Amino acid sequence: MKLAFFGGIYNNYLALEAAVYDAQRRGAERLYCLGDLGAFGPHPDRVFPLLYQYDIQCVQGNYDHSIGNDLHDCQCGYTDPRDNWFAQISYDYTYANTSPANREWMCQLPKEIRFEVDGIRFLLCHGSPRQTNEFLWESTTSTHFIERLADQCEADLVLGTHSGIHWQRRLSGDRRFINVGVLGRPENDGRTNVWYTLVDTSRAGQSRAEQGAGLANVGVEFVGLEYDHDRLAREMRDEKLPEEFVETVLSGWWTTCLEVLPGKERRVGRF
Amino acid sequence: MENAPSVALESLDTLWFQVAGTRCNLECAHCFISCSPHNDSYGFLTLDVVRERLDESVKWGVRDYYFTGGEPFLNRDIVPILELTLQYGPATVLTNATVLKSEWVERLRRAEEATQYCLEFRVSIDGPSPETNDPVRGEGTFVRAMKGVELLVDHGFLPIITMTRVWEEENDHEVLGQFRNVLREHGYTRPRLKVLPRLKIGAESCRTEGYGQFERVTPELLDGFDTGQLVCSHSRVITDRGVAVCPILLDEPSAIMGQSLGDANRAFPLAHGACYTCYQYGAICTNPSSKPVEA
Repeated sequence: MKLAFFGGIYNNYLALEAAVYDAQRRGAERLYCLGDLGAFGPHPDRVFPLLYQYDIQCVQGNYDHSIGNDLHDCQCGYTDPRDNWFAQISYDYTYANTSPANREWMCQLPKEIRFEVDGIRFLLCHGSPRQTNEFLWESTTSTHFIERLADQCEADLVLGTHSGIHWQRRLSGDRRFINVGVLGRPENDGRTNVWYTLVDTSRAGQSRAEQGAGLANVGVEFVGLEYDHDRLAREMRDEKLPEEFVETVLSGWWTTCLEVLPGKERRVGRF
Repeated sequence: MENAPSVALESLDTLWFQVAGTRCNLECAHCFISCSPHNDSYGFLTLDVVRERLDESVKWGVRDYYFTGGEPFLNRDIVPILELTLQYGPATVLTNATVLKSEWVERLRRAEEATQYCLEFRVSIDGPSPETNDPVRGEGTFVRAMKGVELLVDHGFLPIITMTRVWEEENDHEVLGQFRNVLREHGYTRPRLKVLPRLKIGAESCRTEGYGQFERVTPELLDGFDTGQLVCSHSRVITDRGVAVCPILLDEPSAIMGQSLGDANRAFPLAHGACYTCYQYGAICTNPSSKPVEA
C-alpha cells in the first residue's frame, strides 16, 4: 500500500491541494497530516474543507493544541525576541481567522496515530513520540537516541514533522525515523518547492512473522512539490502578513524563527 | 534543606563531560565553580575515559554530548575527543575562545563535515565591550575572545555567544542589540546569542551576593511545573571523580552520585540555591531549546 504523509501545513492550502492531487496521482491510498495546520500563511479556514473532503487523518501539532485550546501562543518555545515577535503575529492572525468549529475540531485531534499495514507498525507523531513540540533535527539527534524512542513506542516506522526539514535515519532491524518535511514553507535551501513523503509497503511482508524481511523493502520517497507559490505570496500580502514571510515563500530562504536551527542546518541558509 | 523536593532522572538525553575539570586559563569573578589556573578540585578527562563513557552512553540512548570545564581547550586531547564524539552524536563545547588555534578549528571543521552531526561552539563573552566583559573575565579577554569568534566564523562555524547577565535584566534588549552590531563589525553577520542568569555560588557569591535562605525550590513550587526544564531531569556529568548530577553543583559534596551512569540514575533533591535559578529560568545549560507543551 502507498501512504502519503504531510507535515505542517501552516495555512498553505494551495500546497495541500497540490499535495493531495500529486499523492493520489502517485497511487497513495491513504493520506495523513502530522499536525500544525495553522501558522505563517493566509486563510486558515481554507485548509479544513480539504482535510474533510479527502479524509486526511491528522495528528495534533503544538499549533493545533494552542489554537484548539484558546492559548495565547503557539508553544514553539522560541527564546529569541525577534522570533517570538514574528511567531506571535502569525499566531494571532491564525487564531482570529480560524472558525470556532474548526478550533473545536483541532482540540480533539489525537497526539499520535498508530496502525499496522503489511505487518509494519506505524507511529505518527508531531515532534517526537514523547513530546509534541520536541525538535528532532538531523544534526542534533544521535542514532541511539532515536533507537530508544523507537523501542519505547514499539514502532517500526516513526514519522514526525515540526522542525520543517525532511530527513530520515535508518535504525536497527530496518526500522526508521522519518521526518516527512512540511507543506507550509520551503526548506531554507533557496528553492520554492515544499516537501511531503510517500511510504510504500507493497513489497513488505504481510504479517509480523515476515516483518524482518518486509521492513527492509519498505520504500520511502521524499517528494519535492511545486505549487502556486506566487499566488500564496499575493494572498499573504493581501492579508497584510509580514513581508518577511512572503520573502520566504518567494525565495526559499527562512527569514524568521531561525534561533532553533542547529548550526549545521542554519549554515546552509542565507540568514 | 528540609523538605526539598526531589527530581528523578526522567530521561538521560544529554551527557556532559567536565573535560577540563576546574582548570581554566581565566579566573572569572562570576564563575560558579571558581575555575582558575590553580583550581585542581576536578581534573582533566583523558581520551580513553571519554571513549569508555561514550560507549556506556549508547545503551542509555543519549541524544547529545556537551563539553565544559574550566576551559576545554586546555585539555591537550580535546580535539581528538571532539572528533571521536562526533562519531557517536552531536557535540557542543563551551569555551572562552581565548586559546583556540587555527589548526584545531580547521581539524574540527573537517570532522564535523565528515559526519551527519553538528559541532556547536558556545563562546562565553559577558557583554558587547571590554567595559562590560573585562571587569568580570579579566583584562584584555574581550579582545582575545572576539579574535576566537572571528577564527570560528572564518572556518564556517556559527558560534553561540553565551553571556552571563552581569547587567540588569531590563537592559537585555539593549545589550543584545549592541552585541549583534559589534559581532557584525567583526564579520559575524548572523550572530547567535544566549543569555545565562547569574548563579550565585562559587566566585559569584563573593562578587555580588549568595542565595538568600528563601531562594529555594519548595514542593509547592513544583506543583504543575514541568520538571523537564531542570537540567537534572535529563542530564548527568562525567567528571574525573565520578558521575555528577549537573554541571552547576560540582562544589557540593552530594553532587557526585556514583561511578557509573547506573549509579547516577536516581532522584536528586533540589536543596540548593542554584536549583532555584534553574527552576526560575529553565533549560539554562542547553543550547537554544524549546519549552515543553504540556504535562
